[in-house]
Amino acid sequence: MILLTHLYDLFLSFCRIGLVAFGGGYAMIPLMRAEFIMARQWLTLGEFLDIIAIAEMTPGPVAINAATYIGYKVAGIPGAAAATLGVITPSVVLILIIAGLFQHFRSSLLVRAIISGIRPAVIGLILSAVLVLGRPVLVDFKAFFISLAAFLLLITGKIRPLPVIGLASLLGLLLY
Amino acid sequence: MKRPGPPPGKIFLAFLKIGAFTFGGGYAMLPLIRETVVEREKWVSDEGFLDIISLTQSVPGALAVNTAVFIGRQLAGVPGALAATAGAVLPSFLIILAVAAFFIRFSQHPLIIKVFMGIRPAVVGLIAYAVILLGKKVIRARARGNGFTVAVASGAFTLVYWFGLNPFLVIIAAAGAGLLYSFFSGGGDGQ
Repeated sequence: MILLTHLYDLFLSFCRIGLVAFGGGYAMIPLMRAEFIMARQWLTLGEFLDIIAIAEMTPGPVAINAATYIGYKVAGIPGAAAATLGVITPSVVLILIIAGLFQHFRSSLLVRAIISGIRPAVIGLILSAVLVLGRPVLVDFKAFFISLAAFLLLITGKIRPLPVIGLASLLGLLLY
Repeated sequence: MKRPGPPPGKIFLAFLKIGAFTFGGGYAMLPLIRETVVEREKWVSDEGFLDIISLTQSVPGALAVNTAVFIGRQLAGVPGALAATAGAVLPSFLIILAVAAFFIRFSQHPLIIKVFMGIRPAVVGLIAYAVILLGKKVIRARARGNGFTVAVASGAFTLVYWFGLNPFLVIIAAAGAGLLYSFFSGGGDGQ
């Protein structure tokens, strides 16, 4: 049964991602790339970028949207369910365990020490994802322009991600 | 529980609405979660909500889901946590199934290809923006020890980008580096 092993793989992959993704959805991008483009080769770089865009454009947590989409693409509706359950399971289990120890957990030196190492590492990982994902995409002047314009609009706080993607899709229609 | 909380069904519906109507995930969802649980339903106090956010950011995973699990648990125990999580996730799940079925079918249509020729570079810009956003947060959170932050960030980048190391290993190594650094520098994360 290829499908069953796929479901199992999807669930485990997303569990692993959910377990180490400190910093929310964006922290998952380099992990998903390592898992689904490099290790398992379920997606191409282009497909992955499309999925991130679709996850941003649809309501709900971006991480859940991306997990559901990738799961669906790999193994249909059961795959979507396996991936979504996988990515939320670590959150649910960890929080139910630590919720009782609320104050203790937050002020724990051990937890703070671990997070103080992981947070900056995640930034380095996302930066490397930008370069890896950007290389095959930024192939002409137009693409470079769209990318830079999106970055500048977001960084100056002028426009939120959703309208930026809307603008970019218009530019795609006009320029290509 | 100190007082009888709302029934899980009500919690489910509140988070269902949040999941169905907020775009952009995580930080974009927090204001709506706050409006619902603090202002409208008065399930959580203002300070309580800030506490919950700071805790949920210390746990791996999607921020919106973490917040839902925690608030649900506080309101109605494990059933509440499951109800809130299911509510926050279900709209995403159903909407993506519909979108994916459509998109996989039409992804080779010339118009869709054009649209995504424009969207792909914008997504690269969006992820670059996330680097700056998270970078600012981390630098601001540390009164001292920014040297360590920069060293770990550039170390992680180098290992993954130039040496092709697995990001999972890098995160585990970074956790170890954080422990060692705090041990030798005598405490916390510099706050």
